[in-house]
Amino acid sequence: MRLFGEPIEFEKQAGIGSPVWRGRADSGEALSAFAVAAHRADGRLAALWGSDERLRSGCFRLNCVFGFSAGHAWVGLDLPANRPAYPDLAGIFPAANRMQRATRDLVGIATHGGDQRPWLRHGAWPADWHPLRHDAGEGRDFPNAPSDYDFVQVGGEGAHEIPVGPIHAGIIEPGHFRFSVIGERLLRLEQRFGYQHKGIEKLFIGMSFAEGARLAGRISGDSTCAYAWAYASAVEAACVISPPPRALMLRALMLERERVANHLGDLGALGNDAALAFGFSQFMRLKEDWLRLNGKFFGHRFMMDRIVPGGVALDLEAPALAAVVEQCDAIGREVKELRKIYDEHAGLQDRFLTTGVIDAALARELSLSGMAARATGLLLDGRAWRQGYTPPPPWSTLGVRPATDERGDVAARAAVRFAEIFESLRLLRELAVGLPDSAVCVEVPPAPGASGLGVIEGWRGEVLVGVAYDDGGKLARVHPHDPSWQAWPALEHAVMKDIVPDFPLINKSFNLSYSGADL
Amino acid sequence: MLKRILRTGIVSEPPPEVLTAEQREVARLGEEILRILGRALTIRQVDAGSCNGCELEIHALSNPYTNLEGYGIKFVASPRHADMLLVTGPVTKNMEHALKVAWDCTPDPKLVVAVGDCGCCGGIFGESYASCGAVENVIPVDVRVPGCPPTPVALLQGILAAVRR
Repeated sequence: MRLFGEPIEFEKQAGIGSPVWRGRADSGEALSAFAVAAHRADGRLAALWGSDERLRSGCFRLNCVFGFSAGHAWVGLDLPANRPAYPDLAGIFPAANRMQRATRDLVGIATHGGDQRPWLRHGAWPADWHPLRHDAGEGRDFPNAPSDYDFVQVGGEGAHEIPVGPIHAGIIEPGHFRFSVIGERLLRLEQRFGYQHKGIEKLFIGMSFAEGARLAGRISGDSTCAYAWAYASAVEAACVISPPPRALMLRALMLERERVANHLGDLGALGNDAALAFGFSQFMRLKEDWLRLNGKFFGHRFMMDRIVPGGVALDLEAPALAAVVEQCDAIGREVKELRKIYDEHAGLQDRFLTTGVIDAALARELSLSGMAARATGLLLDGRAWRQGYTPPPPWSTLGVRPATDERGDVAARAAVRFAEIFESLRLLRELAVGLPDSAVCVEVPPAPGASGLGVIEGWRGEVLVGVAYDDGGKLARVHPHDPSWQAWPALEHAVMKDIVPDFPLINKSFNLSYSGADL
Repeated sequence: MLKRILRTGIVSEPPPEVLTAEQREVARLGEEILRILGRALTIRQVDAGSCNGCELEIHALSNPYTNLEGYGIKFVASPRHADMLLVTGPVTKNMEHALKVAWDCTPDPKLVVAVGDCGCCGGIFGESYASCGAVENVIPVDVRVPGCPPTPVALLQGILAAVRR
C-alpha cells in the first residue's frame, strides 16, 4: 500500500504490536518528499537512526520512523558505501537536527548541508572514527580530549551568558545548559548533551536477544518497563510471535504502575521547586508506599527485568492482585485530597500558571509526544482509540481515556499528571480483577536476518525500539528512541519568555531523560 | 493543609534494620561519628553516567520515611561545600573530566562513595570507547554500594560505612 500518495510501497509489520508500516525509499529525494507529505498530514518524526549494512548489502542504511494518525511508517533508505549522505530533514522536521548529528557521530553517514556540529562526540574519539561501523574495532585507547562547542551567541547591550552544568545543583543527570539573558529574563537556552553517552548501541551489537532485554531495561531507569516492553515488542515482531493474553495484561499493569510512580514523584518535586515542601513530603511518601509494593510483589522496586521477549518473567497470585487494588483505592483517596490542595494553593498556582508555555502548533512542529504534548491539547496517546487508529492489545479492550489540557504551561503538565494518575489507577483495578488465565511466556524462536519495531506509550511519551538480527541470530543493531529527543528542544522554546529562577520548575515539569537520549 | 499534615503525622522510620554484628557496629559508629562531627555530613551527588535508576533511589533518601536530613546529612549544590561525593556510574568518557574537576573542588578530607553495580565495577555497560567503567578508574573510592539500583537502606548503610573510615 501507499501512504499520503507518495511512491513508496509499504507493508504492514506482522504481529499484534502497535501498527507499523514498513517501506523503502529509492532515493534521498523520495525520502524528502515523503517527509514533506507526512508533515502536511500532521505527522511527526518519531525516530531517525543509521546502520552499517555493508557486509550484507554493501550499503549504509538510514532509518526514519514517522508517526501519523493510523500508526507509524518506518522508511529505510540505502546509502552507497563510498558516499553515504542524505538530504537534511531538519528543515521539514526540526526534531531531525540532533538525531542526524548523532547518526553522523555514530555511523558516519551525514546530511547534505545543515547543522554539522557533533552531538554525542565530545572528543573521546576522533571525528573520522565511527563506533557503529562493523570495522571500527573497540576504540578504547583514544586520548580523551574534551572539545569546545560552538554555541549560538546572543549579542546586544547587557546580554550575557550563564553556563550551567554538566553537573547540576540537584540530584539529577548531567547535561549542559547555556542561558543567554538580559537581567533575569531568558532570551535563549541552548542545550548541549551527550554527557551520558555510554555506548549502549554498540553494546547491543552481537548480544543474544535475552542479553539485549537486560540492557534495554537500563536505557532510562525511570522508564525501564516501557523500554523492556518496546524492546520485547520489536523482538516479537521480528520473530512473529504473540505473548499470551495474561502476559500482555501483566505488562500493562507494570507500565501503569511505572507511570503512577513517576507522576507521584514529579508532582512532589514540582511542589518542592515552587517552595511547597509539604507537597514534596506528601507525594514522596506516597511514591515510597508505591515502590515498596513493587518490591514486595514484583521483586524489584522499579520492576526491572520483569518484562521479557515472549511475555513476562513473573506471575501475580490473588493476594498480590488484591493488594494492588487496595493500594489503588488508598492512593487514589490521598491524591484526590492533594490535588485539591494544589489547585487551591495561590502561591503554587502563581508559579505554575502561564509559566513555560508551549502551544499545540509548536508541539506538533517539534514532533512532541506523550504527556507534554497532551498538556498542549494534542490527543496523542498510543494506548487510546482515535480516528483511524486501533491501539494494540491489551489497550484495545481497556478503553483508555487520554488526559489533555490546552494551556501548555507548568500548570497544565501538573494537571495532566493528576488526571493520568486517576486514569492509571482505574486501569490498574481493571487489569488486576480481569487477568485471564493463560501462560505468561512463550518461547522466542530464532529469527536470523529479521527485524522489527516496537512502540510503547511510556509515562513520558512514545518509546520506540528498532531491532535487527544478523544472519547468525544475534543482534545486529538495536536502536532505542526516547521521547526526550523531541521534548528537549521543546524545553528550549518553553523557557523563552520566562525568568532564570523559573527554569528549574519548567525543567521539572517536563522531567526529561538525559540517559535515554544520550545512549 | 494543616489538617493533612497532622493526620499524616511523623512517618520517619528508625535507621535501617541491622542484621549482623558488623552492620550494627557500622550503625553505632556512624551515629557516634556523626555526633562528633556535630551531626553534620554534606553530600554532593554526581551522576557520572547512570541510567538514572540510582538517582531515583537517592531521591528516596529524602522522603519522609528515610528522612536523611533527620540524621544531619544533607545534599549540597557545590562540591566545595561537600564532605562526601556520592557518585553513580559508569563514568562516561564525556563525564570523566567533569568528575575529576568535582573531586578536585571537594575540600580535604573527603570521602567518595561509588553507587550501584555500574559505579562499583562498570556494571552492564563496562569499559568501552564511551565508558571508563567503575568510578575508581577515575577518582579514589572509599566505599562501594552495589545494587541495580541499590535500595535506600543499602545507600544509607554505605554512607554510614564511609563516615566510619
